[in-house]
Amino acid sequence: MSSPDVETYLRTQERRSLLRFITCGSVDDGKSTLIGRLLYDSKMVFEDQLAALAVDSKKVGTRGGDLDFALLVDGLSAEREQGITIDVAYRFFSTDKRHFIVADTPGHEQYTRNMVTGASTADLAVILIDARKGVLTQTRRHSFIVALLGIRRVVAAINKMDLVDYSRGVFNQIQRDYDECAARIGLTDVTCIPVSAIHGHNIAARGPEMSWYDGPTLFEQLESVEIGHEEASRPFRMPVQWTNRPDSTFRGSAGLIVSGAVRLDDPVRILPSGSDSRVARILVGDRDVDTAASGQSVTVTLTDDVDVSRGDVLVARDAPPSVAGRW
Amino acid sequence: MTLTVLQRLEAESMHIMREVVAECERPVMLYSIGKDSSVMLHLAMKAFYPAKLPFPLLHIDTTWKFREMIAFRDATAKRLGLDLHVYVNPEGLKMGINPFTHGSALHTDVMKTQALKQALDAYGFDSAFGGARRDEERSRAKERVFSIRSAQHQWDPKQQRPELWRLYNTRKRKGESLRVFPLSNWTEIDVWHYIHLESIPVVPLYFAKPRPVVWRDGAWILVDDDRMPIGPGEAPEMREVRFRTLGCYPLSGAIDSRAATVPAIIQEILQTRLSERQGRMIDHDQSASMEKKKVDGYF
Repeated sequence: MSSPDVETYLRTQERRSLLRFITCGSVDDGKSTLIGRLLYDSKMVFEDQLAALAVDSKKVGTRGGDLDFALLVDGLSAEREQGITIDVAYRFFSTDKRHFIVADTPGHEQYTRNMVTGASTADLAVILIDARKGVLTQTRRHSFIVALLGIRRVVAAINKMDLVDYSRGVFNQIQRDYDECAARIGLTDVTCIPVSAIHGHNIAARGPEMSWYDGPTLFEQLESVEIGHEEASRPFRMPVQWTNRPDSTFRGSAGLIVSGAVRLDDPVRILPSGSDSRVARILVGDRDVDTAASGQSVTVTLTDDVDVSRGDVLVARDAPPSVAGRW
Repeated sequence: MTLTVLQRLEAESMHIMREVVAECERPVMLYSIGKDSSVMLHLAMKAFYPAKLPFPLLHIDTTWKFREMIAFRDATAKRLGLDLHVYVNPEGLKMGINPFTHGSALHTDVMKTQALKQALDAYGFDSAFGGARRDEERSRAKERVFSIRSAQHQWDPKQQRPELWRLYNTRKRKGESLRVFPLSNWTEIDVWHYIHLESIPVVPLYFAKPRPVVWRDGAWILVDDDRMPIGPGEAPEMREVRFRTLGCYPLSGAIDSRAATVPAIIQEILQTRLSERQGRMIDHDQSASMEKKKVDGYF
């Protein structure tokens, strides 16, 4: 690759979207192994890490000396000693189409609180189900939390298909069970994929073992699933984090726009006080801009000398949120 | 308007820094002079513009940093008008602790970990920004953005707090402090891509050029000054090398490289099959060594 190619590569990078997802499900359903496999198949594991993995796999692995991919993500000593995941680990990988941040979450009931932390920032959840065990209590619990936190897109990865002879019947039965469970808790966008994380079947590549399956592989699903940024089309809202007041000539409200967009001269309202004003300046970093949208960290100044401080919310005056004093 | 991955990361980092400034009494930015620190500092300048940085910078100087790093640090502080504190562990200095006689583990513990704890206590900082990224190392991949430390500055990985959405918990008991990592979700490529787009200055040691090096313990070590003992059978040679990460010069291995520009570095990283921290001797002095250092209070 020569220098102009790098420029092309970087421009492609800029067009790529970001998908944040979690892997969750019951203990021992193979979450960490799946992530290890995703990293390995997307060539994100380096040679020195592979060498360390080979040594670790022999020492504390659970694969009889074969590479134990779970050790790539179980980064804490206590996790490696016990062969379990205690807290969420964040990993990064890319394909030509997308950049991914994946949170590997613990399956143990006592560490469910840590699963919630990982789930809160995810656009999609991959829920693993052991093909030998089917839908378990912890599968339902995690699915419920996923729904509760507002994650709409779910992939149910029916894992360890190699241990049930790649049986179509087993897959269909679990798919029916899970669809029923999902429907009851309000998850409507569910894709079931039969996989074997250990062997990599239906992760990045297909194999002859499950020729009866004609749906997407996990990679295909992750690369193509639509990431809705619904907040972009909602009215403007910006919680004020901090007042920037270096001297008497400048007073700006700094914050991250959580929904909608804001333009110069837009009429805004400050809540909860209800004072009205207009947008005088919008700064993204040290640059003045005419407009800014959800997801951006900005500093906004107003045309009037009104009281606005941390904890207040700037909202579009023509579409304010309803304010109530009681539930 | 769809934001790029870098725009999202930038917005997130700025949001994190503003949250600390709004909620903590005495924040400080740990400035290590490396590329991640350069990006973190650049983001901070943006987050608080047009105000000056509402916190000082702290550099823990082990006295074994590359000379070019120190020159870059001082030039950066001057260029941006920064309030920079430099702290050296006085006891370690008196004892003459160094990586050659005392080994990397003891040197790092005394001159970095203990020094950092002394400095945070001496200045009374209650929150410290660090430029660590989750993609660097497996125990860092596990850490919260806002990481609570005990009065002894220890990290307890089994007692991490919930951290939901963009709600960060800045509450502390007396004596406790926070380490905050605004670059948690950045990758090595993201950092270089951003340096490229924003033309952020970095230490010249990142760029390939002929330098005098010695092959030692499986790495090219730069002969940065005359404190470096040259053993029998060792001969410094001029090689075209660069550094992927920067620390103490006796503990930072250079790599053979012809990458003399930021795009060339990005190209090299894309083609390499070795991870960024492979040249860091301190990561390999024992198994799970980063986690141990963090538990002890290393940032």
